[in-house]
Amino acid sequence: MLNLLKLKQEKAEQKAGSSESAEGGSKAGGKIIPAAQRRVQKDLKNGIEKNSWCQMEFPDPDDIMNFNVTLMPDEGFWKGGKFSFKFEIPSDYPHSPPKTLCTTKVFHPNIDLEGKVCLNILRDEWKPVLDIGAVINGLFFLFLEPNPQDPLNKEAAELMKDNLPAFKQAVQRSLRPGFGGYSSYGRY
Amino acid sequence: MASTDVEMRVDIDPDRRWEDLYRLLSRPGPSAGPNFFPGDETKELLHNLIRVLVVGAGGLGCELLKDLTLLGFLNIDVIDMDTIEVTNLNRQFLFRKCDVGQSKAVVAANFINKRVPGASVTPHFCKIQEKDADFYQQFQIIVLGLDSLEARRWMNDMVCSLAQFDDDGNIEPGTNIPMVDGGTEGLAGHVNVIYPFVTPCFECILPLFPPQVNFPMCTLADIPRTPAHCVEWAKQLEWDRVRPFGDDTDLECDDPKHMQWLYETALKRAQQFGIEGVTLKFTQGVAKRIIPAIAATNAIVAAACANEVLKLATAVSRHMSTESGGHYMMYQGGDAIYTNTLSHERKDDCPVCGRKAVKIHVHEDITVAQLIELMKEDSRLRLKNPAISVPADTTSGMKTIYNPHVKSIYERTRENLDHPISSWIRSSGVELTVDDPVMATQKQVLVMFS
Repeated sequence: MLNLLKLKQEKAEQKAGSSESAEGGSKAGGKIIPAAQRRVQKDLKNGIEKNSWCQMEFPDPDDIMNFNVTLMPDEGFWKGGKFSFKFEIPSDYPHSPPKTLCTTKVFHPNIDLEGKVCLNILRDEWKPVLDIGAVINGLFFLFLEPNPQDPLNKEAAELMKDNLPAFKQAVQRSLRPGFGGYSSYGRY
Repeated sequence: MASTDVEMRVDIDPDRRWEDLYRLLSRPGPSAGPNFFPGDETKELLHNLIRVLVVGAGGLGCELLKDLTLLGFLNIDVIDMDTIEVTNLNRQFLFRKCDVGQSKAVVAANFINKRVPGASVTPHFCKIQEKDADFYQQFQIIVLGLDSLEARRWMNDMVCSLAQFDDDGNIEPGTNIPMVDGGTEGLAGHVNVIYPFVTPCFECILPLFPPQVNFPMCTLADIPRTPAHCVEWAKQLEWDRVRPFGDDTDLECDDPKHMQWLYETALKRAQQFGIEGVTLKFTQGVAKRIIPAIAATNAIVAAACANEVLKLATAVSRHMSTESGGHYMMYQGGDAIYTNTLSHERKDDCPVCGRKAVKIHVHEDITVAQLIELMKEDSRLRLKNPAISVPADTTSGMKTIYNPHVKSIYERTRENLDHPISSWIRSSGVELTVDDPVMATQKQVLVMFS
């Protein structure tokens, strides 16, 4: 049974017009940091930036739900490139995965020219035990092991499957400044 | 005419109104809880002293308000941000056609106050997030009739944060408010009794709930197989590409014009791939992620919730809990019927209830660097390199005081080390959230000014 005596006391105090609460009113304002943001701070302590290929930039240190990640592959087709991703952590994180968008135009089978990324753990294989570090590793892995079987940029995927040297060349060209996407692939 | 008579009899004979309930509350019984005190005091507790909060005034909320007031809980508050829609009327029986467009909480409260003599239901027409700890602290029991995980998590986080501990880490009695969470989806439902820091909280069992269905982007972009793929493609990809109502117009699922566009776009896509089944109604269902609502399931789950509230309040019988064999009742009505009441375990590293706040007593004038030194020395914490944040003053966010784990935040917060902590911690008892690579879990630290 709920604490009858205490409830009665409180009720009596209310009736007596005493404005001070029985608890002494020191409820610390009862303010709490939402669980999603606490979780992000926890994710960040794992030192993702220890990897030399990864940089994080928080435009506002008080808004840890929005940040940019720059990946610099040190091997593979995209070696030497710099690719920026915008991260937006939803308020129901980690129940829902982070939202990511590649803000660098890239010629890649699994990233389209608008920056949408096809990565399993960002979609149907997301699990709350995964964290921001896992997502960054997953994105980095796309540059080491692109998957043309499951394409988002069909042209890139087909070129990779059909003509690997031409694909390599096209990727190299795309790494130059000012790449805005290919209008026609017929010439490869 | 007859039905009016039956209705009025409640008023005519107040002595017999609670006759059956009083029979239970007046004498001890074998199934009563250990702290059950039969007699008039328990009746007074029920009618006058307890204040119950019902969160949500929709399908479950209407049932809950009816059940609880008829059980004798006369002081109830109800909170809901929604307004009444025509499609609610088939099951949300406190509403009439003329109420469409009005606040669910207000209309429901008015109806109950008129219908149930002595009932005093107070409506709150706002988001749960607009109320603060002082509001939620007023209630002895909270019942949830919600339809989203996000709102449940928020309520769980809030209610767990109200619990207070003494210096030995024991709960101050009465500060952990029990919460009864009801939920339905079609023919299935659940009742979960959450006693913060005693039973698992909602966050502990969150992984049991399937995440929202997301389709692989590549499936949507390349090879749709189901009508839902076509609708999701129109919603997630084509809308942003085409922007049919101008660059600044985001998709609004309640706008019939937007829905019509979505439907036509999805239909074209479906025809192109030879997929059948895209209709306007289907499109709305997928785009708004509508879950079927069955009135009778709401009635079953709400009734079970209401009885748990009675048991929690009076101890007339043992309530659902880990000790009584289960705090979580699942109801599967989809394939014949199956119900089971079970227990889950609390998660040690639960971000909400796994946290055990550590109190440290400091002088108001110390700097952030000195505070960190104190936390490094404290034998309960033994930190090496902590990141520290506080709840934001105004919004429901956080402010980072110091974070050495990410370069760009470190560069902007290291100057804070020399500032007095009072720049962030304005009163005694503010809760810091602390992460350190040497700790497996996150720590909450209550800073008390001495």
